[in-house]
Amino acid sequence: MKNKSFLFISCEEAKHICDKAQYNEASFWEKFKLNLRYIWCHITRTYVNRNKKLTKTVKSSKITCLKNSEKQQLKEVFQEELENQHQ
Amino acid sequence: MSKHQLDPNKWVDRYSDYLYNFTITRVNDREVAKDLVQDTFFASLKSMKNFKGEASERTWLISILKRKIIDHYRKINSKKGKAEIRMDFKTEDDNDSNWLEERVADHQYKTAEDTLVNEELGEAIYNCLAKLPEKQATVFRMKTIEGLETETICNELGITASNLWVIIHRARIAMAECMEKNWFK
Repeated sequence: MKNKSFLFISCEEAKHICDKAQYNEASFWEKFKLNLRYIWCHITRTYVNRNKKLTKTVKSSKITCLKNSEKQQLKEVFQEELENQHQ
Repeated sequence: MSKHQLDPNKWVDRYSDYLYNFTITRVNDREVAKDLVQDTFFASLKSMKNFKGEASERTWLISILKRKIIDHYRKINSKKGKAEIRMDFKTEDDNDSNWLEERVADHQYKTAEDTLVNEELGEAIYNCLAKLPEKQATVFRMKTIEGLETETICNELGITASNLWVIIHRARIAMAECMEKNWFK
C-alpha cells in the first residue's frame, strides 16, 4: 500500500502538479508521477492537454498588463478626478 | 435610448489592462504607456457628453487612446525632427496625419496579419479574464501574465500558497473553458 502511494497520485493531486508545472514550479519527481498518471488516466490527460494549451496561448499572445500597484495608483488618481467632476 | 452606456466607475478595473496592452505594443515604454492610459481615462471623462452610445464603451475608449498615441508621436516628432522618424516610410505623398495613423494602427516590427491575430488573441484573453471573479482574475494576471513568484503574490494579497494554487486552479479551468468557446472553436 505504501509503495502504491509512493508512485501513484490522485487525480486532484495530478491536476495540482500540472498547474504548478505550467509555472515551472513542479519538481522532477512530481512531474514523473504526473506523467505516470497521464499514461492511464483519461481525465488527467484531458486536463493536462487543456492546461498546456492555455499556457501556450497566453505566452504566444505576448500580452502585458499593469502591475497591481500601478493599477491601484491609477484607480486612486482616477477616482479623485471622478469626484472632482461630480462636484 | 442608446445601445451602450458609460460607467466610468468600472473603467480602470475593466479596461486598464486592455488599454495598456494596446499602448505598450505601440510605444514600447512602460512609463509612457501608463501615462497615455491615464490621460485617456481623464480625456474620456471630459468627453462623456459626446458619447452617442453607437460603439461599445471599450471601442470608444480605444478611439480616444489612439488619438493620445498620435499626439504622443507628434510631440516626439517635433522634438527629434521629422527626418529621423519618417525614414521608415518610402512614399513621398504621405501626409503627416496618414503616417501617424499608420504608426498607431500597426506595429512596425510585425506584419499586419501578426498584429491582427495577436490583438484579437489579446482581446479574447482579456474578455475571458473579465468574466472571472475579481480575486481569480487578479491572481491569474499576476501569476500568468506578470510572471510573479508565488511568494510575492501571497505577500501582496495576504493569502497562503495553498490558497493561491486553489485560486489558480479555478481560474485556469474557467479561462480554458472560455478560450475554448471564444478562440479555439
